[in-house]
This record gives sequence, C-alpha cells and structure tokens, in this order.
Amino acid sequence: MFPSPVHIYTDGSDAEDHVSSAFVIRHQKKRNIHHQTQLSLAANAIILAGVVCVWLQPCDLPSPQFTRDTLKGHSRPESSSRSAFLDQRDTLWMRSAGAWRDAGLYGLLDEITNSAEEVPRFLAVGSACVLALLRWASSFHGSLFPHLTLSSDEMVAEFSQMLDWSDSALRSFAWHPHTDKFAVALLDDSIRIYKSNSSATPTLKHRCQRSVCALQWKPLCGSALAVACQSCLLIWHVDPTSLSTRPSSGCAQVLSHPGHSPITSIAWSPTGSLLVSASPVDTGMMVWDVAAESAVPLQRVGGGGVTYLSWSPDGSRLLAATPSALFRVWETRMWTCERWPCLKGSCQSACWSPDGGCLLLSMQGERVIYALTFSDLTGGSKAASVVADLSETSFPGPDGDLTVGGEVCSLSWDPRGERLAVLLKGDSQAVNHPSVIAVFKTRSSPVFELLPCGFVMGEAGAEPRFMQFHPHFQHGALLTVCWSDGRISHVPFYFSSAGLLGGDSPQQALASNTADHSSNKLYTEQIS
Amino acid sequence: MFSLKQNSWFIRKVVIWRAVASIAWSVLLLPVTTAVFVLLSRFSLFHPIQWISDCTSLLAASSTIFSLVVLCGVVLITGFFNLEFYTLVPSIPCSRMALLGTVLHPRQCVHSLVYCTMGMLVMWCASVTIGGRYSTLGTTCRQSESGEVVTCLNEYHLFILLAGAFMGYSHSFLGVVQNMYYVSFQPIQQYKYPRFKGCLPMVVKCSVIQALYSARNFAAFYFFFGYAPKTWISSTLNLQIDSSLQPLDSLTGLLDLSLLYHLSISGTFLYLTWYLTVLLFRIYVTEFLALQDLALLSQHSLSRRLEVFSLSQPGGHAHNWNAISRECLSLLSELTQRLVAHQDAVASNGRVKSQSASSDTRSASSSSSVVSGTEDIAETPRLSVPLRTPGSVFKSSVGGANSALTAPFTPDVDSPFSSPAIRRLVGQQDPQSPCFGTVQSPHIMRRGPKPWSASTESQSSGSPPASPATVPSPPAASQKPSFLAQWLQNRREQVKSFLAKRVLIMYLFNKLPEASSQALFADSQAHIWALQGLSHLVAASFSEDQFGVVQTTLPNILSCLVVLLEAVDRHFKLPHASSKPVRTICSMGDSTYKTLRFLLRAVLKTTIYKITTTFGEHLNAVNISTEHRKRLQQFLEFKD
Repeated sequence: MFPSPVHIYTDGSDAEDHVSSAFVIRHQKKRNIHHQTQLSLAANAIILAGVVCVWLQPCDLPSPQFTRDTLKGHSRPESSSRSAFLDQRDTLWMRSAGAWRDAGLYGLLDEITNSAEEVPRFLAVGSACVLALLRWASSFHGSLFPHLTLSSDEMVAEFSQMLDWSDSALRSFAWHPHTDKFAVALLDDSIRIYKSNSSATPTLKHRCQRSVCALQWKPLCGSALAVACQSCLLIWHVDPTSLSTRPSSGCAQVLSHPGHSPITSIAWSPTGSLLVSASPVDTGMMVWDVAAESAVPLQRVGGGGVTYLSWSPDGSRLLAATPSALFRVWETRMWTCERWPCLKGSCQSACWSPDGGCLLLSMQGERVIYALTFSDLTGGSKAASVVADLSETSFPGPDGDLTVGGEVCSLSWDPRGERLAVLLKGDSQAVNHPSVIAVFKTRSSPVFELLPCGFVMGEAGAEPRFMQFHPHFQHGALLTVCWSDGRISHVPFYFSSAGLLGGDSPQQALASNTADHSSNKLYTEQIS
Repeated sequence: MFSLKQNSWFIRKVVIWRAVASIAWSVLLLPVTTAVFVLLSRFSLFHPIQWISDCTSLLAASSTIFSLVVLCGVVLITGFFNLEFYTLVPSIPCSRMALLGTVLHPRQCVHSLVYCTMGMLVMWCASVTIGGRYSTLGTTCRQSESGEVVTCLNEYHLFILLAGAFMGYSHSFLGVVQNMYYVSFQPIQQYKYPRFKGCLPMVVKCSVIQALYSARNFAAFYFFFGYAPKTWISSTLNLQIDSSLQPLDSLTGLLDLSLLYHLSISGTFLYLTWYLTVLLFRIYVTEFLALQDLALLSQHSLSRRLEVFSLSQPGGHAHNWNAISRECLSLLSELTQRLVAHQDAVASNGRVKSQSASSDTRSASSSSSVVSGTEDIAETPRLSVPLRTPGSVFKSSVGGANSALTAPFTPDVDSPFSSPAIRRLVGQQDPQSPCFGTVQSPHIMRRGPKPWSASTESQSSGSPPASPATVPSPPAASQKPSFLAQWLQNRREQVKSFLAKRVLIMYLFNKLPEASSQALFADSQAHIWALQGLSHLVAASFSEDQFGVVQTTLPNILSCLVVLLEAVDRHFKLPHASSKPVRTICSMGDSTYKTLRFLLRAVLKTTIYKITTTFGEHLNAVNISTEHRKRLQQFLEFKD
C-alpha cells in the first residue's frame, strides 16, 4: 500500500534534512487504537519517528523553499517616493485634478484647504468645514468598526489566513482540488505553480497582482485559479498542457467592483459555477459569475465587512465571518442567512466536515474550538458548543519540558473527515512554547468525536504559518504546512478509512468525554 | 398591433399575473417616491421647520393627489409596455443600418411617441408639485410699453415639459440600443424582497446618472433649438413672450442653478418611476421557470431526482428521464448545428470570394456530418443546408431591409457586400419570410420557444423544419449562368465597388464586430440550464440511479457534449469571438447577453468535468467513439 520510497525534490534540497523538520512529539493513547487498523498503527509509528517519513514520503511532491532575501518585495508605493523629487508648483487647477485622481474627494478638499491663499476665501473655508465633517464622520464610523482605520496592507495582514502575513516570504497557498499541483503566492507578488512529475514551474505575474491574500483553484476545472489581490480579483487561466513558464497577463481576467477592495477571502462553490469574494471594508459580499464577469452583491448591514469565507463541501452552506463579533451562515439555495452573534471576538478560522453537516470554528483570542451542526431536517443547533479546550499544558519533550497550547489560529479538516489539524499559537517570549500543529482523529458518526493524535512541529526557529490538507490523497491524509522559514513541507498520515471498514467500536465513553462541557479540557485530561 | 399574440398557456396564465403583481407593487411604491421627490424639490437649508411643514401640507393637497392619479396611469402604461416588449432573446443588430431600421420601425415609433407623452405628463406633475415659477404655462405679466396686464408664456414650465418629452424619447431610444427589455437571469436565486432591496441602490444610481446626462443633453438641445417650440406655443396659444425676463435659450438663462437642480431632480424622479417598474417586472417574471427549475432542483432536491430516475408503474419505462434527456439533448444539438453552420459560412466566405454554390454546399454538408451522431440529419444534406445558415438563425431577429441589402445583415460578411454564394443562401430565406421587403422588428417575431416554455413547446417550433418542400431549389441562374445573368452580375459588382468606396455607406453597413457571436448565443440561457440540469442528474445517477436508466443514454449525452464542445472551441477561434465586450458603467439595460457565450463555454466544461470526475475510470466502459474517448481522457486527466 505504501508507495515506493522515492526522493525526488525538484528544488534539490536535502531530503532528509527537510523531513526531519516534521518531527512529532509523542502519542501514547492506547484506548482509541482498537478501532483502527494496522495501518493506522503504522501511521502512529510514522508520527513517532520523523525520520521514517523519508521512506514513506507520499510521492514526488515538490517541497520548495523561499527565503525573504531571494525575493525582492514590491517597490514602495508612489506616495513615499515623492520626497525624492524636487517640488514643483503646478497651477491650482492641475494640483486639484491630481489630488482628485490620487486620493479622491478627500485629496481634493485637502488640496483646496491647503492652498487657501490662491482660492477664494469662501471656498477654502467651505472645503475645510466639509473636510472636518467628513473626518468626524469617518472617525465615528471607525470607532464602531476599528478595522476601518487600518491601511489596505495592514488590513490584508490582519485578516489573511496566512499568519504573520506581512513578514512571511509565502503569502498564500492552495492545492488544486483534483490534481497534484499547488500554487504559492510569494512576497514579490508572483505566484508559482508546482506540479508533481514536472519540473516546469509557471510563474504568474500581473500588474494588478499586489498583496495576494488568498488563492483558490476552481473546482471541476483544470486551469482556472482565483487570486484575491489588494485592488481586484484575478482569474488566471493557466493551460495545464502548456510548457510556458511565464503565462502572459492576457491569461488573466480582472474582476473588480468599486468599494470592494482589498479582497481578503474568496471561495468557489464546489460545483465551480460561482465565486464569492469578501472585503473587510465592504458589508456586501460579491457573488461572481466569472465567465460573464458580472457580480451580484449580497448586502447585509452589521459587522462592518466580511473577512473570511468558507463554502461547505456539499455546496449547501457558506460561512461569512465579519471583523466584528458576528458571523453569518448563508444557505446557498435562496441565499438567505442565519446571523450568529458571538460573545467576544471575531471568527478567526473555520472548517466544514466533508458532508457539510458540522462546522468547527475558532474565535480570535480564544483557546477553544466551537462546533455548530446543521441539518436539513431539524434545522441544526441553536448554539455553538465547545468541543475542545486547548489551553497551555506541558509535556516532556526530547529537550526538556515543552509547553503546548494557546490561541487557535487555524483549523483544517482532511477531506475524508478523519484528521483535524489545529494550529496553536505559541508564546514567542517564553522558552519552549512554540507554535505547533495539533492533530486530532475525528469521526462524525454516530456521534462527533475528537481524539488527540499528535503534534507537528518545525525545526528550531521555524513556526507553522499555514496548513492545508491535500484534497485527494490516496493513502490517508496529507497535511501541507507552510513554515516561517519559507519552506513548504508535506506531512503524510497513513491510515485506511474507518468508515470503509465499518469500525463500530464502542466509543461512547470517549464521545461523551469530548462532548461534555464540564470536562472539555480535552487533551489536558487525557494525556496527563 | 399591441395584442398579445402568444397563445401559450404560460403567457396567459403565469406571465400576465406576474406582470400585474409587479405593476401593483410599482403603484404602491409611487407615494413613497413622490414624497421623497417633494421633500427634495422644496429643500431649503436655512428654514428646515418651514420646509417640513410645507412638504407635509403639500403631500395632503388635492393637486398632489391628482398628480398621483396621473402618475398611476403612467405606471400602468409603462407596465403594459414592459409586458408587451419584454424579450428573452435580445435583438442584436449586426450593422448600424440594422440598428437604424430598428429605431425607425413603426412599432418603435409608437413606443417613442407614448413615452414622450408620458414624460411630459410626469414632468407636468413634477412642475405642479415644485410649484412657484414652474406651476402653470401662462403667467400674468405687465407689458413694458403700455403697462397693461396680459397673459404671458411661462418659459420655465415649457422648458420642464419639453425636458420630459426629451427624456421620454431618450428612454425609448436607449431602450432599443441597450436592450432595456431584455430580461436576464441572475446567477443565484433570491427571494423577491432581498433581490429588490439589493437592486434598489443600483436603480437609484442609474436614474440619477441618466437624469444628469439627459439634463445636460437637453440643455444643449434647448440652447440651439429652443426658439422654435417657444414661438410656436406662444403663437398658437396666443401668449405673449415676457421680454423683461431672460430667455432660457441663452447662455445666461440656462446657467440658473435652481433651474438645473429642479430639472435633474425631476428627471431622476421620472427615470426612477420607469426603472422601478422595469425592475419589479424583471424580478417577478424571472421566478421559477421550467428549465431553470430543472437546473436547480436537480442540484438541490434528492426526492425530485429519484422521481426522474424512477420507472413508470405499469410497463417499467423510464419516461421521466427519457423526456428530460431528449429535451435537453435536442436543445444542445440544435445549438451545435447552428454553430457548425455558422462556421461553415464563415469559412467559405473567408476562403473563396465567389465560388459556385455547389462547392459551398458540399463543404457544409461534409462538415455537418460531424453532428450526425447526435441527430439524424436529413438524407439530402443539400436541402437541409440553407436552413442551417446563419440567415435562418438570424432571419427572425433582424430581417432584411430588401433583397439587395440582405447581405450586410448577415452575421459574417467581411465586406458589406459578400460573395454571391452567401447572399444566395441567405436571400433564399427572404421570399419565405412573411415580412419580405420590410424592415422587421425583432419584437414582433419574438421567438416562439422561450427558455421557460421550451420544455413544452420547443419540440414543435424549436427544431428546424426538415421537410424539403419548404426549401426552394437554388436559382437556376447561378448554376447555368446565362449572358443576361452574367451582365447583371457584372453591373452589380460595379455598383458594389462604387458604393464600397463611400465612407458613410461603409460606416452604416459595416458589420459590427462580435455582433454575430452575440447573436448566435443570444438564447443560450436555455442551453446553460439544460447543461446544468443534465450534469447534476447524470452525476447524481452514479449513486442514486437504481435501475440504470441513465446508463442507456450516457453514450448519447457524452457524445453530444463533446461534439458541442468541439463546435464551441472552434467558434472561439473565429475572429472577434473571444474578445470581451466593454463593460457598461451604469445603465438599466442588461448586457448579460454579450457574455453568454463565455458562460456557456464555462458551463459546458464544468458539465463534462463533473461527469468525468464522478464516473472516473468507469467511463472507459461506455460505448463511445475513439475520438470522443480521447477527448474525455483529457478531461479525466484535467488537461483541458
């Protein structure tokens, strides 16, 4: 069942060195093993000894590494380079036109107010008044929704799923849903596409491709890649049979809507017919008909914007998180929404179970995972329940005690619904408290279960920034992790599906354990 | 002329009631828009309390009530025109001459006239509401020399009324140019109220922008030609012209901020009334239709899918599935044939300028045999070919002005005067056409099968008639050129080359780029729904079809899809076919039809991908031809 041990690394890096970065602490829970097969034991063995992974590297998936030094960041914005030029006085008319073009109404009013000696007095006073009024209104608006005071880049960094976005060499990552290829957005605003069995890596560059925040391949299509940029949405059509390494910018469709930028999240419907985009400054999300380049705005008051979108795998629901303590779940047939106000903090990350019946959420600043269930018959749950508490705990590690736990930054569920990866933020000040990825085994029937499985950690100094499961890994699950040192690595979990074997072992005790709120210190209790 | 000629039960029982409901809502919305208009028109910054009290008293006044009654009449007529003129297949003029023909068509003239009148009525109501110097046509004034009091012409009132007529005409004109009456379908389904709420800002923005443009244009128009209506009115009604006031057809008279403000506010009110009626009509009429429902229910409803896959109780026939798949496949293969015929016409036109007709026919028939797998082609390809030319597709949308000018109206003629072969193919259609020799409006020949009624009616009217009797034999002259014919031919060529040198003629008759592609795919919404419905059903059949009813038609469906994909791919290789239209900034006219071909291509590929990913390797067991299998293999490997 295991593929033959192959080490083909297109970037030529040392295989062994690379994989040892994915060592894992330990896993000693025996109680849940009896419903697993021999293969899952093997999977545990892999997790225990990272070096073994070398021989079981799933296939010849490319694992590139990017460093900040090799990538030149994009040039400074024009406004900051203005000081390098000599000041030249234009006529008032020219300056006003320029200010209008560059900074809109604000710039125009500002320009008129600043050149009070050249304009009639009433105009200068009037524009100063209007400007003050506008500033007051926008500061009032900003006090309601603090994120609106951020600049465009800061906003992207704040709401990107890639942690520490502005500092990272990798800006975004996406697996193709059907084939072994992935796209990586880099610091220099280019996108590279890596394929297994192919050394050609097309590089996509476009004039409008700035500050890439999210990538997603179109389902049921071989070529289309949607890119969320600072000012617009780009749809690249990269011919999979082409050998070109620099597809021209004519291959990209530019979709934009006034007032809808920066775009921080995009989601294709699982049938590939619609694309939804969201911006933290726009209260409406856009439902794009990409081929027709037309959009239907879905406007809802409240929340101040939309930051994160996630479409359920069966296509029936769509999660839309806002920057405020509120998220919405849209049903996609008639496009009505349920409002879910949270107690504190906005929704940070979420993932759907493969059947679309269960939604796991993490809130900003909180160390728990919430679950929501949906059902067409009963309507689903009325309140989100806490399914796991991930507060700090210490474990004996190879070099002394290790503290694990913290804010839940990212969630990812494997397409079979058997492994859940949770990115836990560490404490950079404390020693031995790094960011780790905690992996859980999950089952959704007969009752939802969450069993700890192990941890994935990087090399010293490397912290996980982003993770995504391979959408169709044959032998279990394959977690791809982007590290802070610019490396992309693949961590396989070999198991055979419990659903296929009909593993109906009595798990009720454990299930009640995990579902019970009073004992929701999940792995604290079970491991220590 | 304005009676509903459609005998379809759907039009009678469903569409009319939906139109009535939309008109009722438009009428109910009238008081709201009127109140907003009153508030804005009497706006005064420095006396807010007086402003509010003035407005409330005005809203209860009898003149406002009377205005509301008049406005209700206007809305009713607008709603009636919406119902009468709406179309699902937009008319796409292929040359400027065709556009001119549409604008000057009698029916369109009546439409413009009615809209001019309605515009004047609305503006009259507006001027009465604004009051002050706008309220009446005649005012008392004192003659300068004698000092006696006479009735003078109130030019402000006249100005506003004429603006209404101008806006009414421009609305009617733009309605043709921008296909205002084309009803398109949103990519997502929404309830009526959220949809209305979502579209409302767009409609308000559109009406403001349109009103500003119209106000600017009208001011310019009045500056140059305002003198004529003024003197005419004053002489017929025996009204004096007050010489103490500044005339409005001068630069200083027009630079009156208050006048321009009131003009744009009233214009916005006028356009908003009409646009809201159009919007409500569109929202009501595009709800829950047959093919659309097939596409949606096949995706969302398990029980309905099971019904489709079930067998009839006595007999065990898969009637449901057979009916659905046959309907969808016939729609799709009709599109394939249309595309193939279009490509043949283009190819023959580009290759040889003047060739004998027979070789043309041969090439068409040889390539049309490609589609023989999907539908039985008449045994006599030569007879069936003319029916598949773009002319036959096009005949119903843009008729020929006359037989000599037919060629410019056909989609793909590089020069305004095409080769005789093409003209013959198209010209043959004309004698059969009921409107031979006249400019024919697209609205009269509204296509029989609408996307929503296609499932019930397209069998009878949608498929091309294949009976040889309707096809006239090719003119003998082109086969055995006599001396006279030769001479006529030469003279014609001379006239053509003479005319082709004139810039204006070229301008009017030159083919608009893209127009032919747009016209070919004008009714593709039905095809898109058919594709979506088929893909969902076939993909679901993999796990839900207990009796294997879908398996029997799977080879047919796959080959139909692949053939259509080939035809579409080849179409996109034609010049102008893959160029995207310029985005319109903000207009009420729907330009969705311009991109339908891209949408169709995307949906077609998604459909094939959905089927191949669902069935995977099992597709190798399906009995299809080798070339089709190769193509599907590309899809299996995600190489397309």
